[in-house]
Amino acid sequence: MASVEIRNVRKAFGPVQVLHGVNVDIADGEFVVLVGPSGCGKSTLLRMLAGLENITSGEIAIGPRVVNNVPPKDRDIAMVFQNYALYPHMTVFDNMAFSMKLAKAPKAVMEQEVGRAARILGLEALLQRYPRQLSGGQRQRVAMGRAIVRNPQVFLFDEPLSNLDAKLRVQMRAEIKELHQRLRVTTVYVTHDQIEAMTMADKIVVMNGGHVEQAGPPLELYDRPANLFVAGFIGSPAMNLVKGGPGEGGFQAEGGAVLPLPGSARGEAGIYGIRPEHIQLREDGIPATVVLVEPTGSETQVIARIGETPLTCAFRERVTARPGETIRIMPEMGLVHLFEAGSGRRLAA
Amino acid sequence: MSATTAVTWSRPNQQPNWLVRLFDWKPFLAFACLLPAAGLLLVFLTYPLGLGIWLAFTDTTIGRSGYWVGIENFQYLLEDPLWWNAVFYSVFYTGVATFGKFALGLWLALLLNNHLPFKSLLRAIILLPWIVPTVLSAIAFWWIYDPQFSIISFLLVEKLGLLSSNIDFLGSAWPARFSLIAANIWRGIPFVAISLLAGLQTISPSLYEAALLDGSTAWQRFRFITFPMLLPILAIVMTFSIIFTFTDFQLVYAITRGGPVNSTHLLATLAFQRGIPGGQLGEGAAIAVSMIPFLVFATLFSYFGLARRKWQQGEGND
Repeated sequence: MASVEIRNVRKAFGPVQVLHGVNVDIADGEFVVLVGPSGCGKSTLLRMLAGLENITSGEIAIGPRVVNNVPPKDRDIAMVFQNYALYPHMTVFDNMAFSMKLAKAPKAVMEQEVGRAARILGLEALLQRYPRQLSGGQRQRVAMGRAIVRNPQVFLFDEPLSNLDAKLRVQMRAEIKELHQRLRVTTVYVTHDQIEAMTMADKIVVMNGGHVEQAGPPLELYDRPANLFVAGFIGSPAMNLVKGGPGEGGFQAEGGAVLPLPGSARGEAGIYGIRPEHIQLREDGIPATVVLVEPTGSETQVIARIGETPLTCAFRERVTARPGETIRIMPEMGLVHLFEAGSGRRLAA
Repeated sequence: MSATTAVTWSRPNQQPNWLVRLFDWKPFLAFACLLPAAGLLLVFLTYPLGLGIWLAFTDTTIGRSGYWVGIENFQYLLEDPLWWNAVFYSVFYTGVATFGKFALGLWLALLLNNHLPFKSLLRAIILLPWIVPTVLSAIAFWWIYDPQFSIISFLLVEKLGLLSSNIDFLGSAWPARFSLIAANIWRGIPFVAISLLAGLQTISPSLYEAALLDGSTAWQRFRFITFPMLLPILAIVMTFSIIFTFTDFQLVYAITRGGPVNSTHLLATLAFQRGIPGGQLGEGAAIAVSMIPFLVFATLFSYFGLARRKWQQGEGND
């Protein structure tokens, strides 16, 4: 096991810069999730860590060793690919034993190591099958088995769950998390799904446009997003971001609504953020017109308008209001986020 | 109450006419669609093949319809050293040329599968030998192999001074045999290279990346990933290539006409020689028919030996 340090790493494909100086520190045994929208450079960063892409400038170190010029096979890493990249002409056993076969390991060692990984993942009965004969979840497990067998310093996952259906994704998410808790191997996991990031990570690195927007534990990102991008990206349904400025009686939104401001709020606040789950139904709340009601069972999502300002709310209570009716809502004062209008930076509130 | 009365119209229940119904009837439609293809096959394939096989069992010559002679023609061939010679050279020619085409074709395909500048131009150039009409390239080779004006001899003797006299490519048996094989390889490479390139491009790059991380060398990636995954398409291409090479006629006939001293006769050229210039239609047909067992064997071997692999098949675990 090893720590990973990414220091001021840049990547350019010809004239196109895709990473503009990225710094990430990953502690030994940590589960780090790189998350961001498509094209933010997260997969490129992972592939650079794996040695599949050159590093244009900067340094990547695994443990004490800078690996910029170390070929992939000598970096002591294992990677799980998005499409699993199982060798279709080999059985599950041969797929998992391939790295040992290349290293000319004795047969007994191969059987022992593959057997160990197969027991961890529940693949014992499938060892003689070909990838074609496996379901999506089983293929995913074989790809993980191939990584486990290597006993690597670092596990890399490149959007491993995006080819699975929703239910299987939740199940595999739990399995990967559990596997990490059992093996305690440093893991770097790339996804565009912020729920995967929130549920699995020890630390989330939010990336956008080749920059790191914020890095930290999941709940810190949720509670104190450093900027507008992180605020909008983390959390589902997304945070309400209302433009406007401080005015008489609170925050004067562009749509005409007046929202309550915490006492400490400063004058330069240009954007008012409140998560849907932090809006309450209150008798003394602000009247709002219901636009849409979406019951999900565990909660009810309501889009309501104060004046012309639409707000998404998520209530634990069952709301029976119909579109057009008026409800009374109130943001929880302590959980309001304020951002600077121009830079989008969080204002310490 | 509205003042206007609603116009009522109901969709008429249309009965299709008999022609439409006929073409909707599956058996008739299948028959109608198959008819043109079946007709063409019957006229241009089945009839000539049937006639050829029938002729092989007669003593027909040009200008005289023959009589049924049973397997007499074949018995005669078994004692004919020229036929045995043609069998030997056909097998040798096919074997060596196929090996050469696949070795060079695979090498070219692997090269072209990399990122090269002017990739599509290179691919177009590689197709050239295949596009040029065979007889035209045969005439070019005829010049290349000419005892006096050969460019190879010119380079080796005049320019490089490696040899003291011109090479006699087509004047004696073995040089002539190998010269023809070289010409056949040259012509056959594009087909193999382009087909295998198509096969190579179906292999997912992430497999190579996975193998790279698993610690493979370039040779190991070829040996354990590229080659096994290419095997199914290799089998099909090889089947076709063997059939084309074994039945080759144009190159040999245009360059050597079977000479010198009949040493480069393939079964196809020998059959033509006997049948048309020689006039022995029955015997020529018998030589042509004698190719069939070789072709069937080669096809079965490459098809069943290489084509379907267990990992390609779907369900089932045996």
